[in-house]
Amino acid sequence: MGKERTYEEINQKIRTGKAVVLTAEEVLDLIAEKGVSGAAKRVDVVTTGTFGPMCSSGLFLNFGHPRPRIKMSEVYLNGVPAYAGIAAVDAYLGATALPPGDPRNRDHPGEFIYGGGHVIEDLVAGKEIRLEAHGYGTDCYPSKKVETSFRLSEINEATLYNPRNCYQNYSAAVNLGQKTIYTYMGILKPRLGNAYYSSAGQLSPLLNDPLLKTIGIGTRIFLGGGEGYIAWHGTQHNPSAARGENKVPLGPAATIAVVGDLKKMHWRWLRGLSFLGYGATLKVGLGIPIPILNEEIMSYCAVRDEEIYTQVVDFGRDYPHGESSELGLVSYAELKSGTVRICDRDVPAASLSSYAGAREIAGILKGWIQAGDFTLTPPAAPLPSAEAGIKLQPLPQRNPYPGGM
Amino acid sequence: MAVKQKLVFRFPSSVVEQPIIYRLVKDFDLMVNILRADINPNKEGRLMLELSGSESDYRRAIEWLRSEGLRIMNLKQQIIWNEDRCTQCGACSVICPSGALGLRRPEMRVSFEEDRCIVCELCLKACPARAMESLIEDRG
Repeated sequence: MGKERTYEEINQKIRTGKAVVLTAEEVLDLIAEKGVSGAAKRVDVVTTGTFGPMCSSGLFLNFGHPRPRIKMSEVYLNGVPAYAGIAAVDAYLGATALPPGDPRNRDHPGEFIYGGGHVIEDLVAGKEIRLEAHGYGTDCYPSKKVETSFRLSEINEATLYNPRNCYQNYSAAVNLGQKTIYTYMGILKPRLGNAYYSSAGQLSPLLNDPLLKTIGIGTRIFLGGGEGYIAWHGTQHNPSAARGENKVPLGPAATIAVVGDLKKMHWRWLRGLSFLGYGATLKVGLGIPIPILNEEIMSYCAVRDEEIYTQVVDFGRDYPHGESSELGLVSYAELKSGTVRICDRDVPAASLSSYAGAREIAGILKGWIQAGDFTLTPPAAPLPSAEAGIKLQPLPQRNPYPGGM
Repeated sequence: MAVKQKLVFRFPSSVVEQPIIYRLVKDFDLMVNILRADINPNKEGRLMLELSGSESDYRRAIEWLRSEGLRIMNLKQQIIWNEDRCTQCGACSVICPSGALGLRRPEMRVSFEEDRCIVCELCLKACPARAMESLIEDRG
């Protein structure tokens, strides 16, 4: 049994500027030299990062009231609709929302130039945003329409709340079909023309704590260039996914819901994206510090791209039909090399998430901790992990609905 | 002295039906490698090509083309990589057919070699952050 550390001991070292902090990439060199045990003795915190498209993201807004007051039931921000089925001047803007007039895929593949993710980027960049809101008028909220513009600093709250971010691993996508397809995993050329993946691998937060032993509800994180917190497990959280001997999942597994103040974030780490033929979304920068409480935690941070595998999924037929693909596993070391072997063929591979961005985020978070500005929070409660027995379910399809309409 | 130059020709509808390439080869002794050609609904033509030959022939040819009403631009710098918009994912690297866009390893950062760009414009819509821009399109 090696040395154990408490959160309080680590935080004390952070406050006095004595904490030893390395990124999940940097720590690999130290482990190669000193071993897991030696590295665990020296290092207090390992920082991780990821910067990838995360569709389940969005923003709670409170606009404040115009005079006379309004109960907004329809809200548009730069033409993009936000959900207004909550209190009078509150709304939720989803990353994938599109203006009603966007042609979608009518002229396939659609371009999806501007959606909710782009509004979030423009807001956080300090740009002026057009607001159009409609209400039906009540005794307490008589206005029926408001048209104005505002900047982020001029509204009461803008709280980023992303119900599912930071996937612990993700499938690599290919197309076995005969024509090019346009997916959320990018443009996939026919007959295994290319492969796309979307994970930072050895730098990715949840891959460095595969059983969620330190990452839990209330964990303070880097979110969009500011500080955020883990609110809950993410939607579609699947810690029961198959794992390798190193406990690392072999495909999409755990997810987290995260929350933070948009006003303290930066546009560099919240970017509107347009996926040809698929839709608009948001690229989110996210980093999580991992306290090296003991050797076991360090052993998880020792994971390298060569030891992280993911499943290859055919998006030509299998994925859209909800069937599993039997195309085997590939490692992130292979994927990142730019060529991956699938079905005895060399397939060009590229990423949708940014490894350079992930590296930069892990470095920024390291800097915050070293400067004493960012201490670690023990989880208020753990996230459900491998032992929770969670099973992902498909949607029941009762057709026709027996109750009738 | 030998010249090798990648160019964009834009020509008005009045010139579209002329055998421009034939004349370049026959009258000016130039080697022509067509990269891309199209004609828009207004019957204006756009031709991207590489010309090589002697400098004097090349100059005479360009002069003649201009006198025929063609607008000629260097192909280089027609496709712009807006690095501040780029999120460094590298998704473009498997879409770009000429290898102009790639990912430098181990930095894992995007690189754009203009000299290798053939102005196919596939990257424009394949880049989710829309970091690639075509000046040719903008000039209409």
